[in-house]
Amino acid sequence: MWGFYFNELLHSLPFFLKGLWMTVAVSGLSLIAGSVIGFVCGIIRASGNKILRFIIGAWVDLIRGTPFLVQIFIIFFILPSAGIELEAFPAAVIALTNLTASFICEIVAGGILAVPSGQREAATASGLSAYQQLRYIILPQAMRTIMPPLVGQYVLLVKDSSVVSAIGVVDITRVGWLTVQRIPEGLMVFGLVGLLYFVICYPLINLSNFLERRMAVTSTRL
Amino acid sequence: MLETFNFRVIWEYMPLYLKCFQATLWLSAVSLLGAILVGIIACAMRLSQSRVISRIAGIYIESIRSTPLLAQLYFFYFGLPSLGLMLPEWVTGVIALTLNSGAYYAEIIRAGIQAIPYGQIEAGISSGLSYFQRMRYIILPQALGMTIRPMLGQAIVLVKDSSLLSLISIAELTRAGQLLTSDRFMPAEGFLTTAAFYLIIYYMLKGFSTWSEKRLIFREAH
Repeated sequence: MWGFYFNELLHSLPFFLKGLWMTVAVSGLSLIAGSVIGFVCGIIRASGNKILRFIIGAWVDLIRGTPFLVQIFIIFFILPSAGIELEAFPAAVIALTNLTASFICEIVAGGILAVPSGQREAATASGLSAYQQLRYIILPQAMRTIMPPLVGQYVLLVKDSSVVSAIGVVDITRVGWLTVQRIPEGLMVFGLVGLLYFVICYPLINLSNFLERRMAVTSTRL
Repeated sequence: MLETFNFRVIWEYMPLYLKCFQATLWLSAVSLLGAILVGIIACAMRLSQSRVISRIAGIYIESIRSTPLLAQLYFFYFGLPSLGLMLPEWVTGVIALTLNSGAYYAEIIRAGIQAIPYGQIEAGISSGLSYFQRMRYIILPQALGMTIRPMLGQAIVLVKDSSLLSLISIAELTRAGQLLTSDRFMPAEGFLTTAAFYLIIYYMLKGFSTWSEKRLIFREAH
């Protein structure tokens, strides 16, 4: 029986590759949008005025304190009752972007606050504008602390994207779920699903570890 | 959306929510204990002198960390029956959560142990302490102080991850929201109440994390 199911699984491989593409598309779009929003919010959170800082802090807590599955249900089921009709795909991208942005915001704010305050004072004393300080003094140094957890966050993003299968986006996990109804060999089907995620995530995890080691070396060399 | 928010229905469903809140709490508690135990064992194996044992633990940790929990959950949910193991859903859920968080706990504990300067261990050896004495009196007390925050952070992640168990029809908080949504078609009431319950757990754990950190710093100063 195993051999028969294995052949069946090989035949549905194109279906799995379609799912892989969907996972890559959903996470890729959310990665770009989430990074941009996350960086902007992080910079505001680390400097900015008190009210904005409080609002961003409350938003981050709300996103961190609730499961992603609940967030995606809220976006997918509640926005339509407010008059905003969403397909599953844009709902998934919005939910993932929102999640990623809130985590990246914390990472960026932490990285900026880790830059010694003397650097900012020296930059002010040299007559650099606020934008120049950020662009040439603060961010280049903060990137050292930001990069490793940022790549780690991208791994989490790819893994969290599996949850969007719950609202019917046909990503790798959903393909596995559909296939297992036809080929009742859960270990084999979800072994393949896991393998496809592994192919994306494992290099990213290693990149994160590599950056961590490398950044540690450069900062001690200073 | 909010002007039609129906608190009466939430009140009507409160017994269900409380029952499901309890279920989330004990499912997370059991998985948390299991995960810490698995984490300690996997970490001990990872740091073992034997190449083979260390490699086995490495493969376990890496494969868990580079695949999503939902795929792991389905792997056990659809896979164990095909091995002839018919377990109740909640057991499958607890196994998946335990093995998933266990890998992360292994990494957290390892980071804590490796952060202790090697001189401390050498000092322990030259004072004639046995391996277990060194672990009990030198390594673990320091490692615990350093890892308490990431450990509580992972506990928060675990509670949120337990929401995925609703997808294999275990009655917990997210499932309660789904039930209210499908019974009365009131997604806003259903999922916002669910989110509120998760936020209670989140703020409690977060508060405990801040409190324990202050306390540990206080103890170190003395």
